[in-house]
Amino acid sequence: MSTPATTIFSPALAARFDKLVTLYPVRRSALVPMLLYSQDEVGYISDAVVEEIAVRIGITPLDVRNVLSYYSMLRTKPVGKYNVQVCTNISCMLKDGYGILDHCKQRLGIGHKEVTPDGLFSLEEVECIGACCWAPAVQINYDFYDDLTPEKMDKVLEDYRAGRGKETL
Amino acid sequence: MADVTFTVDGKKLTAPAGTLLIDACRKAGIEIPAFCYYPGLSLQAACRMCVVRLEKVPKLQTACTTPVAEGMVVTTESDEIKQSRKAILELLLGNHPLDCPVCDAGGECELQDMTFKYGAAESKYVEIKQHREEQQWSPVVFFDRPRCILCYRCVRVCGEGMDVWALGVQNRGVSSVISPNGEDHLDCEECGMCIDICPVGALTSGTYRYKTRPWEMNHVATVCTHCGDGCKTTLGVRSVDDGSEIIRGDNRDKSGMNGDFLCIKGRYAFDFTTREDRITKPLVRQPNGQLAEVSWEQALEHAGMKLREIRDTRGGSAIGVIGSTRTTNEEAYLLQKFARTVLNTNNIDHHRTADYASFAAALQGKAGRTASLRDFLTAPAILLLGNDATEQHPALAWNIRSNVRQNRARLYVANHADIKLHRQAKSFLQIPQDGYAALVQYLAGNEAGFDGTEISAAFREALRKEESLVIAFGSEFRGRDIQSLVDFGLGLPNVKFAALGDYANSRGAADMGLMPDLLPGYVPLAAAKHFGEEYPSLPSAPGLDMLQMFDAAEAGNLGALYVVGSNPVERYGIDPTALKNTFLIVQDMFMTETAAVADVIFPAANLYEKSGTVTNTYGDLQLAKKAADKAGVRTDFELIVRLADKMGADPKKLVPFGRGVRADMGQTRGAQSGEADRHAVWLAANNLEPKLSPFDPFAVFDEIQRLVPSYNVSRFELLGGQDKQTRSDLVQIELDPARRDLVLPANDTLFTSGTLGRYSRMLHSVMESRTTKPAETAAD
Repeated sequence: MSTPATTIFSPALAARFDKLVTLYPVRRSALVPMLLYSQDEVGYISDAVVEEIAVRIGITPLDVRNVLSYYSMLRTKPVGKYNVQVCTNISCMLKDGYGILDHCKQRLGIGHKEVTPDGLFSLEEVECIGACCWAPAVQINYDFYDDLTPEKMDKVLEDYRAGRGKETL
Repeated sequence: MADVTFTVDGKKLTAPAGTLLIDACRKAGIEIPAFCYYPGLSLQAACRMCVVRLEKVPKLQTACTTPVAEGMVVTTESDEIKQSRKAILELLLGNHPLDCPVCDAGGECELQDMTFKYGAAESKYVEIKQHREEQQWSPVVFFDRPRCILCYRCVRVCGEGMDVWALGVQNRGVSSVISPNGEDHLDCEECGMCIDICPVGALTSGTYRYKTRPWEMNHVATVCTHCGDGCKTTLGVRSVDDGSEIIRGDNRDKSGMNGDFLCIKGRYAFDFTTREDRITKPLVRQPNGQLAEVSWEQALEHAGMKLREIRDTRGGSAIGVIGSTRTTNEEAYLLQKFARTVLNTNNIDHHRTADYASFAAALQGKAGRTASLRDFLTAPAILLLGNDATEQHPALAWNIRSNVRQNRARLYVANHADIKLHRQAKSFLQIPQDGYAALVQYLAGNEAGFDGTEISAAFREALRKEESLVIAFGSEFRGRDIQSLVDFGLGLPNVKFAALGDYANSRGAADMGLMPDLLPGYVPLAAAKHFGEEYPSLPSAPGLDMLQMFDAAEAGNLGALYVVGSNPVERYGIDPTALKNTFLIVQDMFMTETAAVADVIFPAANLYEKSGTVTNTYGDLQLAKKAADKAGVRTDFELIVRLADKMGADPKKLVPFGRGVRADMGQTRGAQSGEADRHAVWLAANNLEPKLSPFDPFAVFDEIQRLVPSYNVSRFELLGGQDKQTRSDLVQIELDPARRDLVLPANDTLFTSGTLGRYSRMLHSVMESRTTKPAETAAD
């Protein structure tokens, strides 16, 4: 339950965490936001992230892993620069979300939770991303692409490959 | 809290408001089934087995989280409830392997019992069961994942109960799984509480797994032989070729002061009893210098003759006796009586791990001032001075943790190290290693010699406000320091004390007079009082203590040394050549450093293989019952009597058997005569005992109770398996201020237990696993 002497996070994020743990009645309430912010910065939840968060909150690394393993959007392995998350829940499924997923698999040459050899793309089949009105939808990092067809999907992937994609984390 | 009245299954019940419905019902004899609920642990409401119908509540409610309320009307059994429980079982059995015929828990499995009761024999599920390989998490903990029903008992007992937090639940929903903190192995105190508390066979024990079926064992409730806490343990024993072997230790019936707690030593470290290098034949050193196996008769004859010869030619003062901290009170008493009346010597001592004599002196005449181990479970405030209870007194640490957690007891800790109990402490004071005496002075108001800080001032202030306090102190306190601590404590209201010593019967050894200057009950040799009449030939010359005996041996003045269940050569770093002119008799289980230089070795039984009483370090007297048996060994009690007999002494003078009371071997009770336990209870109730044998420890216990007033506790309750606090206030003693306490702390950890611990393979493998990388476990 302390601020570690050395941190693996950026000064800004470390400062944010210093404050975050003081905002709740109990420190461990900050656990999930800390995991999400760390994932954004580090790219995934590494062992080092687990260790440091445990120290910052004052719980055991096992406690951190218990929570970490509960949430599917928290990952313990690096993903590609662009993480393509294809929704296949009910609305997207009815609008051929699985077609989009299969198309992506074929185009990128990778399967669910895999990364392209150049590290540019990773692919993931996800649960509902809240874009049912415009199904089928795909989320790439934090950006949404909806009303997709295989052709539109190709265009999106092509833009990212050519460096024209949105560069949000 | 005020009582409320409510109705369960048409029965009017009353319980304090706030009581959980499940507890209130159980107390009234109405059993509500539950997997996840466990008394003393936090509530989980995960298993849904305890659902009951509450009037005016739309859905079934969990009895384990519902507090009773005034006017509540409850139904605990109905078709609806039965159906619900049956459905839960069906879900649990959905992936539970039906390997009950080979499962350790088979026969004492809560899931099995529930299935039997609610009959979920048919299932709607047709899915294939997901098999996962079993994992080994440590030398003593195995995890069979598909058997797990996710009740979280293990997670909670490890975290809340043990304060180790080594188990967690990972993943979600159907993929949820209990996980150890080392990812594929456990990094913990290896207490085995998780295995013990597991309602099914998911967590199994390295010592017990696949060895037996529960119903093949006999269960004997006795006392653990390791540390000074005196935990009650139920040993599961089974007949083998050469006697009866122990295969399990637990305390599921929560019968003792330790509740259901046992540490690694109590739970697993009984394997020394079955080691193949255990000595099972008497050995005598031959003229060629080699030890050779001889008959009992020859060995006893030889030893008795030599002792007699040395006594008669060189006098009793040329013989030394060293007793044990793990033999029964009766054996300790008998040994000193043998030394003083047959060998005619006061040269008797044992490995002292706490200064009980000074403690008794400080408390004489002060009734009700000694704390039982039980007191630490209920005291509103506790002061722990020195000692690392988590390592050295695991049951004490368990009771303190439970008390802090359940009753919000206030724990004050002063130690030179940052011990683990700091985490439960309301206030912690780190002091220099030699600062304990100064600390007591400081607490009493004498500031000189102690660097007071704001923290220490607050510590003292809070302590002085306590209206009822239990003080436990480690072997850092001796002699006059104990006196000043007691003086300080008596200045506060309602203080009780406990001196922490190291071994199963360290306290008993001191109480029974295994000391050169003190007779049983700490009666000084110089003013022997009634012992003058009881022991007609009691030598008046003061005896030699442990160190003086070895000095005498080195100087060639010790003709013979009789060592019972002790390893002084290793413990005190004695050069074995110092004993070359001393006739050395050793009674032990193993070829210890001391036994290796002996002239005669008698194979001895251990505490699990004999009956008698033991006294834990808090002064709680308990009954030890014979559980295991090993062909070829004999109890120390029998050996002492036989040796006395061979020396020409009258055994009847040593052991008062066959006098005073009539004997009854059960003949007056007809059909019930075969039941040993009931026999004992019946005899006790009728003030009778079958003392027909010179090897009956209770004949000596009679004498102890007659001569040592502090041990005059209710025999009836003792025989019923209860612990009885001895009465230190009845000890009358004036200690010589120049007396040497000779305390040598054992400094055992959770994984060591003196010389005995070295002969436990399980303790070894656990220690090794902590220094080497764990073996590959099944990938999951």
